[in-house]
Amino acid sequence: MSALAPVGVETVGMTMKFGAFVALDNVSIQVRPGSFHALLGENGAGKSTLVKCMMGFYHPTSGQLIVGDREVSIDDPRAAHAHGLGMVYQHFTLVPSLTGAENLVINRPDVPPVIDWAAEGKALAAFMETMPFSVPLDVPVNRLSAGEKQKLELLKQLYLGRKFLILDEPTSVLTPAEADELLGMVREMTVSGGLTVLMITHKFREVTAYADEVSVLRRGRYVGGGKVSELSHADMAALMIGEKTLSQKAARNDALGNVVLSLRDVQAVDRSGLKQISLEALDVRSGEIVGVAGVSGNGQAELMEILAGQRPYQAGAIQVKGQAYDASRTQARAAHVRYLPEEPLHNACAPRMSVAQNIAFRDFDEDGQGKPRFWLDNGAMRAKARDLVAAYNVKTTSIDSPIAALSGGNVQRAVLARELTGQVDLLVISNPCFGLDFSAVAEIRARIMAARNSGTAVLLISEDLDEILELSDRVLVMSEGRIAFETPIGTADIGEIGKHMAGHA
Amino acid sequence: MNGFDIGWWGVPIAIFGGAIRVSTPFIFVSLGECLTERSGRINLGLEGTLVFGAMAGYAVAFHTGSPWAGVAAAAFAGMVFGLLHGWLCSLPKVNDIAVGIALMLFGTGIAFFLGKPYIQPVAPDLPAIPLGWWTDIPQLEAALRVNVLFVVGAILAFVMAWMFKATRIGLIVRVVGDSTDAARAMGLDPNWVRLWSTAAGGALAGIGGAYLSLYYPGSWNEGISSGQGLMAVALVIFARWNPINCLWAALLFGGAGALGPALQSVGVSEGYYLFFAAPYVLTLGLLVATSSPTQAISGAPGELSITK
Repeated sequence: MSALAPVGVETVGMTMKFGAFVALDNVSIQVRPGSFHALLGENGAGKSTLVKCMMGFYHPTSGQLIVGDREVSIDDPRAAHAHGLGMVYQHFTLVPSLTGAENLVINRPDVPPVIDWAAEGKALAAFMETMPFSVPLDVPVNRLSAGEKQKLELLKQLYLGRKFLILDEPTSVLTPAEADELLGMVREMTVSGGLTVLMITHKFREVTAYADEVSVLRRGRYVGGGKVSELSHADMAALMIGEKTLSQKAARNDALGNVVLSLRDVQAVDRSGLKQISLEALDVRSGEIVGVAGVSGNGQAELMEILAGQRPYQAGAIQVKGQAYDASRTQARAAHVRYLPEEPLHNACAPRMSVAQNIAFRDFDEDGQGKPRFWLDNGAMRAKARDLVAAYNVKTTSIDSPIAALSGGNVQRAVLARELTGQVDLLVISNPCFGLDFSAVAEIRARIMAARNSGTAVLLISEDLDEILELSDRVLVMSEGRIAFETPIGTADIGEIGKHMAGHA
Repeated sequence: MNGFDIGWWGVPIAIFGGAIRVSTPFIFVSLGECLTERSGRINLGLEGTLVFGAMAGYAVAFHTGSPWAGVAAAAFAGMVFGLLHGWLCSLPKVNDIAVGIALMLFGTGIAFFLGKPYIQPVAPDLPAIPLGWWTDIPQLEAALRVNVLFVVGAILAFVMAWMFKATRIGLIVRVVGDSTDAARAMGLDPNWVRLWSTAAGGALAGIGGAYLSLYYPGSWNEGISSGQGLMAVALVIFARWNPINCLWAALLFGGAGALGPALQSVGVSEGYYLFFAAPYVLTLGLLVATSSPTQAISGAPGELSITK
């Protein structure tokens, strides 16, 4: 194998099981040398698991990896590096206070005890000459923009001599212009030889604009792929989302009530601080579930934060039952608004406090008549916790054990028990079933449906399209920080939803 | 006006001389703390290390008759304290600040306990270099009697700055101090790097202590340290974790500390005790002036528990 020849990588029958859960099921993909290959899939489709198996972070249950034309066994990331495999992660792995040059040099396996910066500087300049893009190497990394950092991550891999690069959603923290620039450069390097790229993404636009070939994963299986030039967005969306049927599992009684939640022209900045969240109009009536679908990172998390009072918004109005709403504890209590955020252990619990105390968070400081209380009534708190733990089937050794000791599904049930107790007029939920097993999923969905049937207005933000389609009365699609599409469930067309999710109307 | 009365000129000369004399322990302790903090850990126990180093250095110098043996013993004792701190902090769920405070009290306590027999005896002093041989003004000549350890400390500041910039060890310490994750990804063991950074920092603080008991003030007693070990932590912060800035900060601090005695020597006796507070007022003032409520402190190692 000559120094400049690009390397191809192939997985053969890769299977990865975590206990009973099959994350990867017999996946075979072939990345030809010198190609730009895209790996498409919804969240949880197994993309990350596959590349972690390739890089040696996970040891697959079965299956082989072929690098070049030989089967290799990769036990840890170092072995992967030795074969020329490198990965650029979604988060940055550079050391923030070191300069670009220092970051590059210290990552080399053969750093001399005393670094001759004059010589290193010349070598780096010579190396940069061969690169299609440049990044200032003499300033600390924390002063670089996100785009420059991502380029430096890429440069680092090339500097360390990697010839097969895995990019894990490389553009998720970049502006569209930066993303185009970066991917254009990467594309150029695969064309001019020497580099093979496998890019994880869920942006169709990037696939069609830059990739040669695509492989699509769904629920841990390889479901299709081929040359990008021969596939349309609709084909890719169909592969990624799969055949979905509109099942109405839970009984619905339809009694659409008044508008409970109403957002008008809300403007906010997203998590990266680069993009704008802009919501023109969003209404949720009592007795309906409005599902907000979308590929992760398109503003749904920010919508949840705005509604929960965690993210300031610059303009617009939020009303609950006709009253201005700023998500304070008093207002949430007066308007009977409840939340079930994603990762409730971190976002809705005090992890080290007991199950009973966590269940009491909504009303521990009130006596029965809505007046503030000074002395806690531990007896009543424990009695209520005991009832709710039994009613919601929360599995815990004791109501006094810390809530962090419970499994994910049981934390979810405990928080749901707390949030659904008493009068609930508006329930805002984000990814309620993420990472839960099937029985927990069915039970939690049934509880949400029961709340809707009893007249609660529900806003369901979820990255799981199946969940949205199963529960919602109306589906909204968020894309690029806006509500891009809206359809009642009765006339919902999955292809249409998929296209809007992918950012292509 | 005779040749010995230089009037108000005595004040700047005394401040200059005082800056050099008083700053030396600050230089060593702040350089030691700088190294430890750059690796991502705070050692508040350096005050205890300093006092114990002063006692150990004095005792060994007295028994061997060699002040340099005393300095070596102080450095060794400081290293042992540093290793103890580093080892305790590498245990799970241990907070470096709490361990530091405990070790500070432990170090001073055990130094007083073991040092009782050495309050009376006289140990040999460290030698000084008479750089003022060319002048007949005794005040200036006294100010220019520079101790060898000051020269060593000043050189060490530059060496340490070079080390952080251009050696593998220096870069590794910075990587560990800035991002434990990045260090692990590189295959480094952050705890091991921090252990030895803390040990080396402790050794430097021990040398600072030896200077106190073996040169200025030059005797061992329980009031030997006036909080130099703690002040050094503040010095490191406003020196922005840069060894060369640590040297300038220590000199500034030493000069401010010499203000009181200098004014006293020219007959200003009013508000005399107030001038002893000058270094601390200066520290507070500089910390306030150089801090910002909206920005994180620039140059702070990312893994430091106070800046996280």
